[in-house]
Amino acid sequence: MLVVRDLRTSYGKIEALKGISITVNDGEIVTLIGANGAGKSTTLKTISGQLAPVAGSIEFNGENIAGMPAHKVTAKGIIQVPEGRRIFSRMTVLENLEMGAYLRDDKDGIAADLEHVFELFPRLKERISQKGGTLSGGEQQMLAMGRGLMANPKLLMLDEPSMGLAPVVVETIFEIIQKLNADGITVLLVEQNANLALSIADRGYVLETGEIKLEGTGKELLANDDVRKAYLGEG
Amino acid sequence: MSADLIIQQLVNGVTLGGMYALIALGYTLVYGILLMINFAHSEMFMGGAYVGLGMLTWLSSDSFPASSFFKGSTFGLILLFLIVFAVAGITIGVLGVIIERVAYRPLRHAPRLAPLISAIGVSIFLQNAVLLWIDSKAIPYPSLFPVRQVISIGGASLNSLQLLIVVASLVLLLILDTFVSKTRIGKAMRATSQDREAAGLMGIDINYIIALAFFIGPALGAVAGIFHGMYYGTVIFSMGFIPGIKSFTAAVLGGIGNLRGAMLGGFVLGIVESLGAGFLSTGYKDVIAFGILILVLIFRPGGLLGESVVEKV
Repeated sequence: MLVVRDLRTSYGKIEALKGISITVNDGEIVTLIGANGAGKSTTLKTISGQLAPVAGSIEFNGENIAGMPAHKVTAKGIIQVPEGRRIFSRMTVLENLEMGAYLRDDKDGIAADLEHVFELFPRLKERISQKGGTLSGGEQQMLAMGRGLMANPKLLMLDEPSMGLAPVVVETIFEIIQKLNADGITVLLVEQNANLALSIADRGYVLETGEIKLEGTGKELLANDDVRKAYLGEG
Repeated sequence: MSADLIIQQLVNGVTLGGMYALIALGYTLVYGILLMINFAHSEMFMGGAYVGLGMLTWLSSDSFPASSFFKGSTFGLILLFLIVFAVAGITIGVLGVIIERVAYRPLRHAPRLAPLISAIGVSIFLQNAVLLWIDSKAIPYPSLFPVRQVISIGGASLNSLQLLIVVASLVLLLILDTFVSKTRIGKAMRATSQDREAAGLMGIDINYIIALAFFIGPALGAVAGIFHGMYYGTVIFSMGFIPGIKSFTAAVLGGIGNLRGAMLGGFVLGIVESLGAGFLSTGYKDVIAFGILILVLIFRPGGLLGESVVEKV
């Protein structure tokens, strides 16, 4: 589905990605783990078109989308749920969800997806006319994910969905990620919580200072000594 | 000050406030999305007044075939003014879009001072273009609109032109407010002003939204410019400066970035200025307006309805 080859991205003169190649197959959960500043978010932002790559290709279902502006990437069905939620704080929960469906004009499909989002996140339905900024952190994450789902994604890219959330909430969020995947949505997950991410992922990549150090199935990486030492706080 | 005078100054203030509100929206729309003060906006107001002048003169001149129809009946006059306002609004709206494309977009990622300076450059350019190519002196505005007393209370009165300005301003403000709160594109505009990058991830074409803001603001400014020309009877190339900076004050007063704030700020400023002029003397009206700006900046930098300043930092 997604094939990234030798991707290089820079912030000014600083090279943040030094040639990254990753593959995401249809129906998988793939995770990128690594320390702060390893280039995980940069990878997602380059795929979603928020950053333009210096070199390399990003193929989505056979089409090179590298360097395409964000709104066109979204139209292809690649939906990024950004780090820090980035919900529209002065718009209501419903308006936020409507914005997720901005590019769609199938009224029935939108209504059905709205129901689906409310089934997944009943809390959002309770707060439907509240302003986004008044929600708790966990609710905002739910809203950000719900907003992403309203776009009817083929590939859902989640950037640090567990960040700053209470463990109980994180558990809920990760259960929902698995549920969405079971329903057929392919997931590319960036996480600091490597243990949790690898435990639900089919495959994973370990990033270090803009390069891929290791790759393997979730189980392999969980069992790998280097990964355990560096990212799982063991050893 | 007598009661009659107070009422009269209120009427004048609301009229002035309608114009301020229309202009203030242009500042606030652009600021809300780009965090940039479009100093060339006062020239959109001036440009609108001149396009209106040209259209009114041309359409009512004896050489224009339908001029007798336009001038001959109430219906003709209404049609004439509708055409003039529409043409001026669209022309200046397109000018606004072009200015954004040429003078601001290339500086989108430059330090924030750069587009500000570019805006001042555009403003100077446009003023001097009008000065050189049209006239350096004030030009009288065609008085085609039948100004009649509509309501009188004691010694105070409201005339038909004031009524037109107030009603038309309110209608345009209501349309814009509905557009922004109810329609898909309007909501996308709000989303873009709250978080531009996240809006891009929703599939919103940010450049389209910015261009739209640069169309709507100048178009409304142009309407205010024609009102100004009709109300004061003359236009001059430098006419944009004072109303422009006052409307900017109105936008800050209401909370810059906040549409309803700009509307409220426009009317509050117009009324306070007029009452102040009545109580003290006309000479003080600019002092009062800018005194308000300073007080707002000191005591309530977010403005009357503002929240955006705090959030954006």
